[in-house]
Amino acid sequence: MKLLQALKEAVSSISGNRTRSFLTILGIVIGVGAVISLMAIGQGAQQTITGQIESIGTNVIYLMEGNMSEDVTNPRDLTLLDVKALENRNRAPNIEAVSPVLNANIAVKYGRESENTSVVGSNTAYQKIMNLEIAEGAFFSDSEVNSNASVAVIGPELAQRLLGRTTNVVGTSLRINGQPFRVVGVTVAKGGSQFNNPDLNVYLPITSMQMRVQRGNSAGRVQFIIVQARSSESMDAAIAETNTIMRTSHRLSPRQANDFTISKQDDFLSIASAITNVFTIFLSGIAAISLLVGGIGIMNIMLVSVSERTQEIGLRKALGARKADIKLQFLTESAMLSLLGGVLGIGLGWLLSSAFGIIAEQTGTPLVPIIGIGSVLLATLFSAAIGIFFGLYPASRAANLEPVEALRHE
Amino acid sequence: MTDTFNHEPVIRVRDLKKVYRMGTLEVYALRGIDLEIQPGEIIAIMGPSGSGKSTLMNMIGCLDSPSSGEYYLDGQLVSDLVDDELAAVRNKKIGFVFQNYNLLPRANALQNVELPLRYSDEKTSLRERSASALDKVGLADRMTHKPMELSGGQQQRVAIARAIVNEPAIILADEPTGNLDSKSGQEIMELLLSLNARNGTTLVIVTHDPGVAAQAQRIVHLKDGLVHREENGL
Ligand SMILES: Nc1ncnc2c1ncn2[C@@H]1O[C@H](COP(=O)(O)OP(=O)(O)OP(=O)(O)O)[C@@H](O)[C@H]1O
Ligand SMILES: [Mg+2]
Repeated sequence: MKLLQALKEAVSSISGNRTRSFLTILGIVIGVGAVISLMAIGQGAQQTITGQIESIGTNVIYLMEGNMSEDVTNPRDLTLLDVKALENRNRAPNIEAVSPVLNANIAVKYGRESENTSVVGSNTAYQKIMNLEIAEGAFFSDSEVNSNASVAVIGPELAQRLLGRTTNVVGTSLRINGQPFRVVGVTVAKGGSQFNNPDLNVYLPITSMQMRVQRGNSAGRVQFIIVQARSSESMDAAIAETNTIMRTSHRLSPRQANDFTISKQDDFLSIASAITNVFTIFLSGIAAISLLVGGIGIMNIMLVSVSERTQEIGLRKALGARKADIKLQFLTESAMLSLLGGVLGIGLGWLLSSAFGIIAEQTGTPLVPIIGIGSVLLATLFSAAIGIFFGLYPASRAANLEPVEALRHE
Repeated sequence: MTDTFNHEPVIRVRDLKKVYRMGTLEVYALRGIDLEIQPGEIIAIMGPSGSGKSTLMNMIGCLDSPSSGEYYLDGQLVSDLVDDELAAVRNKKIGFVFQNYNLLPRANALQNVELPLRYSDEKTSLRERSASALDKVGLADRMTHKPMELSGGQQQRVAIARAIVNEPAIILADEPTGNLDSKSGQEIMELLLSLNARNGTTLVIVTHDPGVAAQAQRIVHLKDGLVHREENGL
């Protein structure tokens, strides 16, 4: 009952002074708006990153050259010989498939059309590991890999950009690094970003990539090797097998450290989440500062309001208001102001992240901002708490005014 | 003087002093006031500006505490009471009427009159009681008007309705007609007198106007913080 009364009075006081109330809460509005939209973008980014990591096949192990944690002199290149060794079913029963990758961003030409895009050299297992579906034609074959054939599989988006169509593409000849390549297949559209769009990719046999496109590359070298385990249960065994085979293949003595690095998908996911966590902490810092500033703004205006309404406070005390009544009145008012700022801020954050989402969509960035119910609740509670915290001092100032002094005040 | 054996005074003030200290300067607003007021009495307090009238009223109204001396309200020693008890006393026993009305500008007449009830323990039928108080001061048709939409006399009536809504034993009015022309002033006086006649409410009225004071039963003249002289009115 008492609180209800205080709420009514707060509403009347806030709405009786609309411009000032609005300016008072602007700090909170902007602070909460920034927090909500940045969190939404952050969460969207996290989802995109994990989505992309997860899209690179399941039960996958990455093998890279060098060793970050131990000092290794002259690490050997990863080569197709390593791939051969890992493909040995007898020595690696838990390994399902192995794919070398040699990647480059280069111009792909058709007639006068040219498109800078990602050209991936790999083997036939790559299709399965990456879940590449073919819309037209076929993925290149083992014999095409063995004979370093000048064949290419391309994404539909690239076909559209170069040829102006996505069907009837097989058989066309493209130029990559000045070399002619015949299109043998077109992948099914997957959708994706401007920066990492599989629909714009070109897939070549690893051997053709090494010999015809990346000729500066030392003989047989690949950038990394993707190893797929038979199942998630056999991941550890597959890692152990990879380790043993690679040490043999690189002729490492027992005293020598690995000159290669094995990573799991999980490792990437945890790195990604570590990065996004840092991002979140950073945002929270900005949020805390802006909300602090907003809270000080509220305290400032509440102090002004107390001194403006000194006579009113005196009158209320003369009429029987106790300290607690006055305190409740001002606390309710500042909490309500701040909460109002929080609610408007959530609206602003929603607007900002929607706008961001639209821009992202139009530029082809795969980022859909996500406004979590958690961040909305947090913002609401936090802004109310700020109102109460920063209202405490002005409210107790008001409550402790002497009735006579207050009444005499003009 | 009054017969203290038959009546317990509602207000009893003994050697009341109030000193304001402003740095090293000491201002003696009250130098030792003795005063007894019986229930149902109408008292006018007069005296030159600065003689301590408002200061005395603030003491009687429990808005301020004396530097020394005793004040019994309804037989209760007021200096024994803590802040919240004083608030309750002001709420229940005393109705205040100010020279400048002191209405909340954003609230309408009804809401202004309701205010003391909101701070009282008994919060039933706020609307009805406030409306009936406004009716008693003749403003039944102005309930939803804001102070700005009322004349000075009407505003003072709202203030009187607010003072009587909790049915206090005492009404303290510090220059209630000070801001009004003589006709509206007289109407306000008649309203206050009628409340006394009807409910036996004790009236303590500070005034500079001898015409107003003459309507009291007793006139107390203050000078330099002391009771200078008393005379009977009417
Ligand atoms: N808060 C205060 N601080 C210092 N001195 C004060 C204070 N309040 C009142 N006084 C002094 O106490 C004396 C009595 O003041 P008071 O207001 O009671 O006079 P008054 O009789 O009501 O005068 P008026 O007729 O002008 O209203 C004056 O000298 C005044 O200056
Ligand atoms: Mg005065």
